Amino acid sequence: MALDIPAGITKALELIFTGDPELYGVVYRSLLFSGIAVILATLWGTPIAMLISLREFRGKNLVKTFFTSLIGIPTVVLGLVLFLAFSNGGPLGFLGLLFTPGGIIIGEAILVTPIIISIAASAIEAVDPDIMNLAKTLGASESQASVAVLKEAVNGVLLSNVASFNRAIAELGVALLVGGNVAGLTDVLTTAISRYTARAEISFAIALGILLMVLVFLINLIVLLARKTKMFVTMWRSP
Amino acid sequence: MTVTAELRNVTKTFGEKTVLDNINLEINEGEILALLGPNGSGKTTILKILAFIENATSGEVWFQGETVDFKRAEKFRLQSTLVFQRTVLFDTSVFNNVAYGLKVRKTPKSVIDEEVKNALRMVRLQGFEKRPAKKLSGGEQQRVAIARALVLKPKLLLLDEPTANLDPKNAAMVEEVIATVNREMKTTVVLATHNMFQAKTLPHRIALISDGRITEVGAPAEIFGMLSRNLASFAVVGNTFTGNSVPTSEGTAVVDVGNGVRIEVTAQKSGEVSVFINPQDIILSKTALESSARNVFKGTITEISDLGALVKLKVDVGKPFSVQITKRSFLQMGLNLNAEVFIAFKASSVQVL
Repeated sequence: MALDIPAGITKALELIFTGDPELYGVVYRSLLFSGIAVILATLWGTPIAMLISLREFRGKNLVKTFFTSLIGIPTVVLGLVLFLAFSNGGPLGFLGLLFTPGGIIIGEAILVTPIIISIAASAIEAVDPDIMNLAKTLGASESQASVAVLKEAVNGVLLSNVASFNRAIAELGVALLVGGNVAGLTDVLTTAISRYTARAEISFAIALGILLMVLVFLINLIVLLARKTKMFVTMWRSP
Repeated sequence: MTVTAELRNVTKTFGEKTVLDNINLEINEGEILALLGPNGSGKTTILKILAFIENATSGEVWFQGETVDFKRAEKFRLQSTLVFQRTVLFDTSVFNNVAYGLKVRKTPKSVIDEEVKNALRMVRLQGFEKRPAKKLSGGEQQRVAIARALVLKPKLLLLDEPTANLDPKNAAMVEEVIATVNREMKTTVVLATHNMFQAKTLPHRIALISDGRITEVGAPAEIFGMLSRNLASFAVVGNTFTGNSVPTSEGTAVVDVGNGVRIEVTAQKSGEVSVFINPQDIILSKTALESSARNVFKGTITEISDLGALVKLKVDVGKPFSVQITKRSFLQMGLNLNAEVFIAFKASSVQVL
């Protein structure tokens, strides 16, 4: 059967502009899962980045190299590992996360953690080493001084968040294998595109593809503008 | 006399290198103590130990009658504040920089606003609250750093070369602030300097430091009056030379500091003396000037360092002289490395120690 591509595109635009609920349900889940995943990864990744960059310890470079190389892990491999871990017979099967939104969120958080750690650690290392001592001599405790360093690295931390969000929203492997692509429950932009394409429902696939590209573009544009106007920086650093 | 802080047999090593060697030093309440010594003599390390941000390798640190356990130094840090030589600022507004220490102390906001205002007034930066700190000039940045320490009203204020990178106007202002704080708020001050003039006028006592050891401690008059052999080590500071002084029939004396450099001075001393010429008292010209200056030497520029509004030059006339001129003069004269220049200074500008 030959695909009518022009008709597919026309239908896709119609779906987008009429606000098709099925279509936007997928977009909503993508934003939600990726957003929560990035928040989780930031919560546990930033302290690790601070430890790596501010403490001197043996094997520090090895640890850094380890996280940097994990950035490029094929998502389908991580998806497989997590599928096995979360499956009934797997070590984490009891959590019941397989084919659930929670499973995707955890999986994507793990996927982007190395990005958060690597970028944030580099940013923190680039901060003037005297900032720590400065904060301390002004009376800051060890943890308050660390926060002062983190604030100086805010641009880098923000960049790590954006890079992570881009990676999470655009990845397929983890969402497909851990989420199971259950329509209306765990399907996200990438997995839904693959499903509709396989079913030859190209109008939906094209609409989702366009929306995914628009989202990625918009996020980067907002960040670019925010960095230019220092909006985030001012928000974060206001007294 | 009450002792604010004390170092007892303090030694500090970094790997193989001994930076401080058995330092014993008492800092009396209400005094200004200058640590005078060349770069790398250990002044900064002493200040960091007194600020409790550097741990002594051995020995004891006392603060207000208590020994300081470095692992529990947080409460002591609240009372002793260091201003670094290289200005370090948080990348935020002047207000947030100055307010930082107060916020950490959980001071109420209304008090913070008032105190920050007062501190900025002291360093004559009133109205600068909203300006991004890193966009200020070098002198203004250093004054923000000083205000940020003053606002905390520390028991012990530590200043590392507070005027080293400043132009004369900013330097004078900072010195005035230090004197005022000490006089009016009774703040105990320890400042590290290699500027002999600063050491002579500002402090009540001077501790001479060289190679990680304290060699003399005393009042400025005592220290400068005594012709200590240690002063020779200050040659690295710049413009300090030693030589034999021979009185002339004109009521002056000529000090032969070697390599054919004979410096005329007004003090009629004879024998071995040290002489010091303030870099700002030296006039630089491209041709020999006809002037009242008794000392004129021809040399070449061997080093140029940019200090912002000022430019510091090293001129080799047989002996190396440090000369400070404004950036504007430097640009107008079109000077560069290896350029041939003349330096001139009056006999009365030479300090004989």
